[in-house]
Amino acid sequence: MARIEAEVGKPQGGFMKWIDDRFPFTETMKYHVTEYYASKNFNWWFVFGVLAMVVLVIQLVTGIFLTMNYKPAAAEAFASVEYIMRDVEWGWLIRYMHSTGASFFFIVVYLHMFRAMLYGSYKKPRELIWLIGMMIFFVLMAEGFAGYLLPWGQMSYWGAQVIISLFGAIPVVGDALVEFIRGDYSISDITLNRFFALHVIVLPLALIGLIFVHIVALHEVGSNNPDGIEIKKNKGPDGIPLDGVPFHPHHTSKDLVGIIVFLMIFSAVVFFAPDMGGMFLEHANFEPANMTATPEHIAPVWYYTPYYAILRAVPDKLWGFILFAMAVVLPVFLPWLDRCRVRSIRYRGWMYKTALTVFVITFISLGWLGLQAATPTYVMFARIFSVLYFAFFLLMPFYTAADKTKPVPDRVVYHD
Amino acid sequence: MIKLKNLAGVMALGACLLASQAMAAGGGSALTDHAEIDPDNVSSLQRGARNFMNYCSGCHSAQYVRFNTIGKQLDLSEEQLVDNLMFNAEKTFETIRSSMPAKEAARWYGTAPPDLSLMARAKGTDYVYNFLRGFYVSPDSPTGVDNVVLAGTSMPHVLWELQGYQAAHFEHHENEDGSVTTSFKGFEQLTPGSMDAEDYDEFVRDTTNFLAFIAEPIRQDRRKLGVWVIMFLLFFFVLATQLKKQIWKDVK
Amino acid sequence: MTEDDLDRNRRHFLTVATLVTGAVGAGFVAVPFLSSLKPSARAQALGAPVEVPLGSIQPGEMVRVLWRGRLVFVLRRTEEMLAKLPSIVDELEDPNSEEVEQQPDYAANETRSVRPEYLVVEGSCTHLGCAPLEDFEVRPAEGWAGGFFCPCHGSKFDLAGRVYSGVPAPTNLRVPPHRFVRDDLILIGQDSGAA
Repeated sequence: MARIEAEVGKPQGGFMKWIDDRFPFTETMKYHVTEYYASKNFNWWFVFGVLAMVVLVIQLVTGIFLTMNYKPAAAEAFASVEYIMRDVEWGWLIRYMHSTGASFFFIVVYLHMFRAMLYGSYKKPRELIWLIGMMIFFVLMAEGFAGYLLPWGQMSYWGAQVIISLFGAIPVVGDALVEFIRGDYSISDITLNRFFALHVIVLPLALIGLIFVHIVALHEVGSNNPDGIEIKKNKGPDGIPLDGVPFHPHHTSKDLVGIIVFLMIFSAVVFFAPDMGGMFLEHANFEPANMTATPEHIAPVWYYTPYYAILRAVPDKLWGFILFAMAVVLPVFLPWLDRCRVRSIRYRGWMYKTALTVFVITFISLGWLGLQAATPTYVMFARIFSVLYFAFFLLMPFYTAADKTKPVPDRVVYHD
Repeated sequence: MIKLKNLAGVMALGACLLASQAMAAGGGSALTDHAEIDPDNVSSLQRGARNFMNYCSGCHSAQYVRFNTIGKQLDLSEEQLVDNLMFNAEKTFETIRSSMPAKEAARWYGTAPPDLSLMARAKGTDYVYNFLRGFYVSPDSPTGVDNVVLAGTSMPHVLWELQGYQAAHFEHHENEDGSVTTSFKGFEQLTPGSMDAEDYDEFVRDTTNFLAFIAEPIRQDRRKLGVWVIMFLLFFFVLATQLKKQIWKDVK
Repeated sequence: MTEDDLDRNRRHFLTVATLVTGAVGAGFVAVPFLSSLKPSARAQALGAPVEVPLGSIQPGEMVRVLWRGRLVFVLRRTEEMLAKLPSIVDELEDPNSEEVEQQPDYAANETRSVRPEYLVVEGSCTHLGCAPLEDFEVRPAEGWAGGFFCPCHGSKFDLAGRVYSGVPAPTNLRVPPHRFVRDDLILIGQDSGAA
């Protein structure tokens, strides 16, 4: 009898049985796809995880084809990018997809993280998913930074110069660390070559590994939903959550719609505005790196500017660096800073809603300020918003505990 | 739901602010006219190509641009390329090289004339357009001219025969803290060139148009293809939406 | 049909339609990536036809040029060299150039050339690709009528690049596309149309 039970639900003969006798294919497909139950009331905030995977695939594939033609040497890098843009058949499209994909990766990831803040997706039992996710975010920031040096344009060189010099602020080990990162006394061909290795191999491998673990951790506890309800608490007689629908075909078909909309927006940018007014492909980067002339206005790429604004707001080099690092790291602690008993913003009080709204305005404003030259007025605003940024996190234990919540229903709210 | 709409609206507004600011930030040029080039105007591009080869390529290379690319996109036959545009190149697959050796050029002018392949993308078409119209007489300069768009430029006024020479008028305004702000007020024509102002502007516009073209020769093709891609995705979107609705029909 | 049946049919149709559209889309996307692997404009430029001026080549002399990274021999044959060609036909594997891959139509003749005086062949042994050495000295005692000798494994070719029987190389030396631009100028890599 035991032998027969083990075979239930698996193909009884043929090719699939041969595979399944040697590899957990069908059971993996069931566990993770066809019998993975996620809530039926997902809204569009829940599409960004899948979109992040789509962008990852875009970056990996376009990246591979770029490495076939790119030369990671200071004397050849800039010219090799122009070679790709002009001489390689369809090279221009591959390049634009990769540069646009980099920016869209951050748009998608920021929105993905914001979903967690809306619906408490980082709260118990999903803290580990959040931690792994934050590690993915850090690796992604490093990946973007390393990648940006590769075109070896003016902004590539001077942007890297500024950011790597930041580490010199660390007392005692700072200068040695900076030299260690560069591999040379200044940013050079040596730095470029190693950043190429980081960008093409090291960080992508780390990213793929972390994303795999991220999804395994998610599937272990099950997905959250806009009401913040644990759907596993209400199962039918067959053991299936009453509010759940199988991931395939319900969420796969729904996500396909989301993916197509994403591709439309992505294509609109790739084909009609790849520069995005200088935000995705910065003007200064169309000039080859010149070690003797700094561009008038150095700014990191838009997705780093919220943190850059905080860095510049602090008048001290070391403390600027510390606060910059803290700003990046602070979200890690959200699962423990957030004292509210309720997950979803739908059932939270006015305090959290206000705080989150202020946070969004703060983050976007800091991003905008980071792009501007550091005039006294702008620096003043950056200081105000920096305070608000830190206040959101550091005061959270207090206002989330004090917040009045609404009663959370047993079953999810779903409209056809 | 209202909460979410607010948040989405705020973020969209923020994104617009970011984008508009980026486009507005140009760099403080005294001349702020817009180039208003028409990338679809092939005649303008052909004239611009002629202008570039005749007046610019003596000192400036366009090292990433092949003649056969120009021929293909500007409707020029191989013969037309060889006869009219190729002075020191033999084969149409060659790139635009200047006749002036780079090291000597750096010595003669203090700085090597930059390659112009990507100038229009690096500085923008307005910059290029105004730069070529921004030369004025300056007795202190080694070339006898200066430029309101790039003060202290080492470039001589190559197009002087066409534009003639102009003088620039500046206004000096003393601020409260004692510092002086200089602002550009306008030009005054000193000696005429072979072209009047309107024709000269057209000449510069054609040349700017050509520089914009060589900065990204694939631009027009890319936009045309984009239309098809979006249309395909629209069709795909309709199908996928119908499929999703059908699959979710029984979910209550 | 019941409503259920209609639903099932519609669902089936939509699924197939969506999958097919997706596959077509994937095909469209694959094209640019695969095309990018073709020779680029730079490769085509570097692989452009090569001109070989003939004025300074003496009778019996050979020049070596590179075309698309490959070695090409241009040999100016003397009257004696040309006279030798019919006499050794019995020792050759493919004396009439019947292997069509090895030469264009205009070189599938007795002298394997456009004009008898000039032989244009790739300097790549058809065994495993080594560069054959020139050995034009006639040594009747050894039975050597002059030609090319490959040092790697001993293959032998005559003064028209034809391979001898019983050697490792299976076919005659390849004749690249080429044409006479003028009497004193050959263009290797192109046989018709404008330069």
